[in-house]
Amino acid sequence: MSRRILEKKQLGPCIWEYLIEAPDIAKAARAGQFVIVRLHEKGERIPLTIVETEQAVGGVRLVVQEVGKTTCEMVAGFDAGDALLDFVGPLGEPSEIARYGVTVCIGGGVGIAPLYPIARELKAAGNRVIAVLGARSADCLFYEKEFADLCDAVHIVTDDGSRGESGFTSDVLGRLLDTGEKIDRVWAIGPPIMMKVCADVTRPHGIPTVVSLNPIMVDGTGMCGGCRVEVGGKTRFACVDGPEFDGHQVDFDGLMARLRFYTRSETRLLDEHELQPCTRKQEEAW
Amino acid sequence: MIKPRQTQMRQQRPYERIHNFDEVPLGYTEEEAVREANRCLQCQYPTCIDGCPVNVDIPRFVGQVARGDFAGAVATIRETNSLPAVCGRVCPQEDQCQGVCAMGRKFESVAIGRLERFCADWEAENGPCCPPVAADTSKRVAVIGSGPAGLTAASDLRRLGHTVTVFEALHVAGGVLVYGIPEFRLPKAIVSREVEALRAIGVTIELNEVIGRVITVDGLLERGFDAVFVGTGAGLPRFLGIPGEQLGGVYSANEFLTRTNLMRAYRFPDYDTPIRIGERVVTIGGGNVAMDAARTALRLGARESIVIYRRSVEELPARVEEVEHASEEGVFFHLLATPVRFLGEDHELSGVECVEMKLGEPDDSGRRRPIPIPGTEFRIETDTVVIAVGNEPHPLVPKTTPDLEVNRWGNIVADPKSGLTSKPGVFAGGDIVTGAATVIEAMGAGKRAATAIHAYVMGGTDVAPTD
Repeated sequence: MSRRILEKKQLGPCIWEYLIEAPDIAKAARAGQFVIVRLHEKGERIPLTIVETEQAVGGVRLVVQEVGKTTCEMVAGFDAGDALLDFVGPLGEPSEIARYGVTVCIGGGVGIAPLYPIARELKAAGNRVIAVLGARSADCLFYEKEFADLCDAVHIVTDDGSRGESGFTSDVLGRLLDTGEKIDRVWAIGPPIMMKVCADVTRPHGIPTVVSLNPIMVDGTGMCGGCRVEVGGKTRFACVDGPEFDGHQVDFDGLMARLRFYTRSETRLLDEHELQPCTRKQEEAW
Repeated sequence: MIKPRQTQMRQQRPYERIHNFDEVPLGYTEEEAVREANRCLQCQYPTCIDGCPVNVDIPRFVGQVARGDFAGAVATIRETNSLPAVCGRVCPQEDQCQGVCAMGRKFESVAIGRLERFCADWEAENGPCCPPVAADTSKRVAVIGSGPAGLTAASDLRRLGHTVTVFEALHVAGGVLVYGIPEFRLPKAIVSREVEALRAIGVTIELNEVIGRVITVDGLLERGFDAVFVGTGAGLPRFLGIPGEQLGGVYSANEFLTRTNLMRAYRFPDYDTPIRIGERVVTIGGGNVAMDAARTALRLGARESIVIYRRSVEELPARVEEVEHASEEGVFFHLLATPVRFLGEDHELSGVECVEMKLGEPDDSGRRRPIPIPGTEFRIETDTVVIAVGNEPHPLVPKTTPDLEVNRWGNIVADPKSGLTSKPGVFAGGDIVTGAATVIEAMGAGKRAATAIHAYVMGGTDVAPTD
């Protein structure tokens, strides 16, 4: 069954928000889960994390960044009213939401999107929620107001200092720890290197740190084994055991290497189709 | 006059076929089929029917082929077998019907599989022979998974007059027939033809539906399904648990074959899913899946394809025909060896270190246990390894159905004769119950479960296990 796009909105350079009509998935989905999308008959299957559901319209909200062929093609050619050929979910295990006490939710880049429902559920469960949102620059930052409305405190940080303070999310996390803020649990979602560094920051303090991994997947339903990650010395599968894991146990170097394995094929595919991912586009004003 | 030898089937020459994904054996002509069918002795007490897991009336259909009544032969097969074009190609007939064929005692058995394939292909060319569907029973059955077990159960249940919905997690129906078995062994057009035949008799197939996530087994029962058949098959691949398995370039056979078959990576960049292999591909394992991977590697452009198997040629679990085809195509077999670790540079595979093995006393499986010979370690330079040593049962249905009993390996516990599980109204069959087996065994399980489900929904009471 193909799924109709209800809304499409630009959040930043190369960052787009979609609302997809999928009432059954919207009903079942919980924070932390993802969907697999395939655009057309020749398309690949890519995982995208669910941001939010709109029960009134049976919608599933996704945030898409133009990084590979499929995401570039989606942004270039799929608008409200169009249909996605395949849309499968909700997949993966939901986030473990409980009343932990003080939680810090760290989102980097497009990782801010999947962090949002987790922060909301943590708040609803009675936690104090501190958000740390990081982006390359001010224009790449989104959901700032949504987090501000929800969280007990929000820290903004950009690589270039164009919004909030200058630096990285892990710097803010380190400072929160230094100031003696009692933190019971951390969620860190963003580029693997950010999650790795955040886990390194909390490790000496023994603060449980949850990360959400986005390895290369093919089927995404517990069959192919392509999304395997070493966690605590054991082979785990992001599609059915994850996508969230204990950040202190994840072999991030292995994960990053496996993410790079198809870089040349991806570049070739983008070139053949004359598509420009955000890494190549000049950060034009919009 | 008795013809001692089987009528050969034409096939693509090895040096041509390794450059394409087209089917290897090309099928019988009508004349060839009639000639082969006439070799059948038409035994008064045939053994072949019991040799078939779905009990096709083999002497009858072979007799019909011998008389040139191809439509009749198709109808005979379809009475009990809903996937003849598939079975005719991938069944291990030498261990089943042909293994017990009376001709085979003195001469070569009748080529029953090739005749079955002929009939199915004849049907495809001459219009489908739809089996009759009984009057509507108003009972609803959910079938989870559209592999061989699910498709067979769906077909039989629909023909008994039930309303059947098949739920498939992937974007194409067919399960292992589409993601696992390569195009050159089972063209995907044939699978889709069989699936269309199911739709034609009124089976609903819901793609992209992951049962356990969007709706659970309990949810299906609450939604008004009178019974559920679980045929979710194999799940995550087994790895070897040796150092270096995370290196880029180490594939599971599931991923390697799924990229190629389901996602058509061999047509990259026309299709979007890539597959990256080196000049030499090493496949670990000795089953049909390992043969499929090793032969796929050649077609993807590998110059060398090497199979490493820890036992000897006698123990190779793959069908003889598959091993022959692989050998003809130039696959090397390094038998009595096993990998001990993968070697890497910068997180990518650069080689595999192996050790030679010898065979000791028989183990639980009755096969002689392989034992490493110390000091015989050797290295193979390679940047692509495919691990084909089996799968775990698919995790999602057991994980999300708390009162469904599983064994210690995670397989659903089900009565072998009826497929009945520990949960009322829920039946299971195929690899999810037995672990890795064959297409036809899964079909047999789907068929037996369909019979039991029919009794259950019509009787309205629990079916007790039959033994």
